[in-house]
Amino acid sequence: MAVGAAMAGSLPGMAFGQDGDALKARAPMSLSRSAPASWWEPKFADIKPAPDSGPYFTGESLTPYEDVTRYNNFYEFGMDKGDPSSNSGRFEVDPWSVEIAGECDRPGTYNLEDILNPHALEERIYRLRCVEAWSMVIPWIGFPLADLLKRFEPNSRARFVEFQTAVVPETMPGVRSPFAIIRWPYQEGLRIDEAMNELTFMAVGVYGNYLPPQNGAPMRLIIPWKYGFKSIKSIVRINFTEEMPNTSWNDLQPNEYGFYANVNPNVHHPRWRQDTERRLPQTLFSRSRIDTLMFNGYGEQVAHMYEGMDLARYY
Amino acid sequence: MQKAVKLFVFCACLVPFCYLFYLAWTNSLGPDPGEALARESGEWTFRFLLATMAITPIQQFTGWRITNRYRRMVGLYSLFYACCHFLVYLMFLLGFRWLALSEEIFERPYITVGFSAFVILLALGITSPKSMVRKLGKNWKRLHRFVYLAVVLAMFHMIWILRSDFGEALLYGVFAAALLGVRLIRYLRSKTG
Repeated sequence: MAVGAAMAGSLPGMAFGQDGDALKARAPMSLSRSAPASWWEPKFADIKPAPDSGPYFTGESLTPYEDVTRYNNFYEFGMDKGDPSSNSGRFEVDPWSVEIAGECDRPGTYNLEDILNPHALEERIYRLRCVEAWSMVIPWIGFPLADLLKRFEPNSRARFVEFQTAVVPETMPGVRSPFAIIRWPYQEGLRIDEAMNELTFMAVGVYGNYLPPQNGAPMRLIIPWKYGFKSIKSIVRINFTEEMPNTSWNDLQPNEYGFYANVNPNVHHPRWRQDTERRLPQTLFSRSRIDTLMFNGYGEQVAHMYEGMDLARYY
Repeated sequence: MQKAVKLFVFCACLVPFCYLFYLAWTNSLGPDPGEALARESGEWTFRFLLATMAITPIQQFTGWRITNRYRRMVGLYSLFYACCHFLVYLMFLLGFRWLALSEEIFERPYITVGFSAFVILLALGITSPKSMVRKLGKNWKRLHRFVYLAVVLAMFHMIWILRSDFGEALLYGVFAAALLGVRLIRYLRSKTG
């Protein structure tokens, strides 16, 4: 534990020797987390820093670690934004296994160490846009989802990928609530080309540190050109399918949440305008309302996948 | 004595406002203070609306005449909190984009019903001085029965913004239904009796 905390909390530059070769952001030392298991530590000792230019580069200022980890939608832990950080302390991520199923040549149940082992970690700084019209800029640690999916050798019938979140009633109070109307487990899906896109990222850390449960530990998706609810957390199942999978919010309110859920300033959600967003954190005296960009500003990498599609219809 | 009590009730009703103002001033509302203020001020509006509607039944059941004296004040406070709610929404969530406001009112059902409830409360507030009560005569009571509609609209406004958990809304709904139900029963009894 001491090793993990010290490592994750070291100052920028120290762990990697020289400037320009260091992670862009580190969690504050007092808040850094210990490794879920000892095998995580060597993985986090060698992380490729986010680039200073190129397609993933964003010069925008980061949302502070405290806000990234204390302002969350993770209904398994409660409805209020602060609930996930207050209620997730007992959530266990070790041992963890992931079921790989469906249209692939290597289905099976794998433990997390085997899932993560071949992948070198890198840092990526992405904008995250919530359908509720707020947004953050977050330095994630992880690896491209495509690299993981290819290992299971999806076959030609694999046209979609379905993901599921863990359901652990003992440590997830939101799952026990009789008033929640989401049908657990939470479920999301992507078209296979979306899943294989270079931007689609499997995150295992944030701010150079291990993911806290409220941010989707031990492993969660980041799909930066889609509304946040697509970026499913605490994944326990990945299923390759031929048919478009059901997704939780679409099941609940199909007229409000579509399968694609691409960030789109021109298509308003019935409850939230989508043409602008509140970049967090805000104070009442320094409010930053900014224009929402098509595909959250990632059109160059993803727009080609939706050519010829009516995005007002396939929202 | 009576004046002191009235002053006390007046100040007590201001406590939530002062508390929210304090939280906002000290930047203690979290990373999205505009949203937090909008939610809190909206909930307080609804609580004051329910409190206003509770006063008449309390008097009827307990015979405690004193309560009716505060009905107007508490009612005006629900309008006060509704104004705060509307202003917070306009400033912090819409950023004073007036065009967006008109779109919101016509295109987003939860805003349509919430705004309608607000307009009703405004009308009731404007007609609440004693001189207006005298001027309107019988119509005053007819007009002020619209508070029932305002409660129902506010309830829909609240339910529509929820994403998943309806526990809290259910609690408010039970209170609102009870307060409307008491009146309905009385009305039906007076018709048959």
